[in-house]
Amino acid sequence: MRFYEYESKALFARHGLPTGAGSLAQTAEQARAAAAQIGGPVVVKSQVLSGGRMKAGAVQFADTPEAAARQFEAVWPIRVNGEQPRAVLVEAKSAVAHEFFASVTWDGRRKLPVLLFSDMGGIDIEEVAAQHPAHLSRTHFSTLLPLTERSAKEAVAAVGISGGDLNRLTPIVLRLAQLFLDCDLTLAEINPLAKLADGSFLALDGHVEMEAEARGAQQALLAELGIGEDETRQARPPTDFEREGARLNAADHRGVAGNVVEFDGDLGLVIGAGGGSLTLFDAVRRHGGRPANYCEIGGNPSVRKTRNLTRLILGKPGVGKIAVMMNVVSNTRVDIVARGVILGCLDAGRDPAEAIAIFRIPGSWEEEGFRILEKYGVEFCDRSVSMFEAAGRAVAKLGGAGA
Amino acid sequence: MSILISRDTTFIVQGITGREAVNLVRENLDYGARIVGGVTPGRAGREIYGVPVHDCVRDICQQRGAPDGSVVCVPPRFTRDAVFEAIENGIRLIVIVTENIPRRQVAQMVELAALRGARIIGPNCLGLIAPGEAKMGGIGGPAANTRQAYRKGSIGVMSRSGGMTTEIASTLSAAGLGQSTCISIGGDAIVGSTYAELMPLFEADAQTEAIAIYSEPGGRMEAELAAWVSEQKSRLPVVAFMAGRFMDEMRGMRFGHAGTIVEGVEDTTAQKIRRMEAAGISVAERIEEIPDLLRRRLAERPTEK
Repeated sequence: MRFYEYESKALFARHGLPTGAGSLAQTAEQARAAAAQIGGPVVVKSQVLSGGRMKAGAVQFADTPEAAARQFEAVWPIRVNGEQPRAVLVEAKSAVAHEFFASVTWDGRRKLPVLLFSDMGGIDIEEVAAQHPAHLSRTHFSTLLPLTERSAKEAVAAVGISGGDLNRLTPIVLRLAQLFLDCDLTLAEINPLAKLADGSFLALDGHVEMEAEARGAQQALLAELGIGEDETRQARPPTDFEREGARLNAADHRGVAGNVVEFDGDLGLVIGAGGGSLTLFDAVRRHGGRPANYCEIGGNPSVRKTRNLTRLILGKPGVGKIAVMMNVVSNTRVDIVARGVILGCLDAGRDPAEAIAIFRIPGSWEEEGFRILEKYGVEFCDRSVSMFEAAGRAVAKLGGAGA
Repeated sequence: MSILISRDTTFIVQGITGREAVNLVRENLDYGARIVGGVTPGRAGREIYGVPVHDCVRDICQQRGAPDGSVVCVPPRFTRDAVFEAIENGIRLIVIVTENIPRRQVAQMVELAALRGARIIGPNCLGLIAPGEAKMGGIGGPAANTRQAYRKGSIGVMSRSGGMTTEIASTLSAAGLGQSTCISIGGDAIVGSTYAELMPLFEADAQTEAIAIYSEPGGRMEAELAAWVSEQKSRLPVVAFMAGRFMDEMRGMRFGHAGTIVEGVEDTTAQKIRRMEAAGISVAERIEEIPDLLRRRLAERPTEK
């Protein structure tokens, strides 16, 4: 989950990292007041989660409070990659002497956190890595040993920095690494990390991401930053359909029947589990089908849970039929899923035989499951029909492009 | 021979009195597993299907020496401690079933395991099976279902998805291709054992003649495998199935497992497929193509001996 720049900077400040004076504005008047309080040239920055706001013109400069108000009016309507700004951050404009780059992330291959540091900040770091590899250092550090200055010092010194700059940058990089560990982050980045005319350092922009698994452990911090429990902070905000899916899944702790993602097609998918859903979604699209949604069932959800999910999907406008498909199951019971989807169809006022295009879940308790489906006249198949073939049958029934 | 486990492998179950763990014990015992004890703090003296429950791993080790492995099925906030306990008591193979463990804690477990010479499978996995020999973890479910899907043979299987491990094994078995060892390696961004880290074991295993893998968007595991296969000039033909191709167009969205997200180019299925194919790995578009691709690759091998 991503943090906005202003949240990232609040987090930086809590961890003793240098950030500039600034405040949020949602009206031109607030922007003017913020600039007046700062008393000098300011930068007006759109607060969005997606990148590329500079290119979109959503970052502007102003020398007076009145100009700040005008720039607010210019920045506020700009949608960056379709995203509306949450607010605009008005910050003092700094006299920058040099720009650095500091970042901490996970190296999945080495299975350790890694410090990335460059003396060529402000530009795309991928470009530095490709064009100027000597200007980008990579320093791994242990998650078991206490984090000490050494790792940070080595990261900075590795790009040829010495003297006072090395001694001023080391504690900043160290704090960034500590913040990364303490807050269960997957990314803690300062770019640019500016050296000002007076020799001090300042985080001009910040990019922080936290792993979703840590939401529980970091509850207090998230509350303090004002991040609501329903904010998924993915690439786009959740739709009402997705919110309802999450609510139904959370209402019952037995198994999973959720992780619903909305698409605009006509074939509802009641699919699982993690890998099976990815495989089946691809298969439906390969057959020319248009999924109405993505979802995952697994971990043997209760009848009620699958029933609610089925009703939700069948109730989505434009959904003609549903396909109920999974890989060979061993923990989830076929009969329990069968009961759930049939009841979900009946709840939605639909005849299961007509609403369910195909039921392909082989595995534990399949005989019992198939008996139930037979009774309701639902087309089902066992493992002799592949996931790909089952998806093709479902698409064909809906009158899609077919295989 | 299989890799990592065999008929003789002894293991314990940490968190043995939990609902899922009780099922797992039943299913593993039915398949012939040698479960020599279980741990749930405060529940010493009980039995789960005849398996004695202890308070500490140490109590089991003092009685009979350290078992070969442990299956850890404790809630996420206790998992790191349970894994540390297993490692520090000399257990060398640890299967972590639990999901939703923060990444920093996974990294800590993996780091300690590396220091002590232990191997971790998972987290967020269903464990592993040597068909006809033994299994460790929930892989395949009840013994009858497991026997239906998994048959003994010469194909090694590795998968980032537990359920798809069984789907692939079932497809292979139906096509007359048995398996040497099948490993659900886990769906998280950091896992104890990656494809490339397990390849040397399959490479050294006389029973294994080819490898089938299930892969997904996100991470560098497939690139690492591709590099290993070409650098080591592996004797084993590898066939990979790549799921989640639709995710290439949906950057920053998470689907499936925790480790499955497309952020940069390296995370896309298109890039992974390119890298694997360049290393001589055959990439299947459908699960049912895997048996034929394996047969073709096995037939193409230079004849030796």
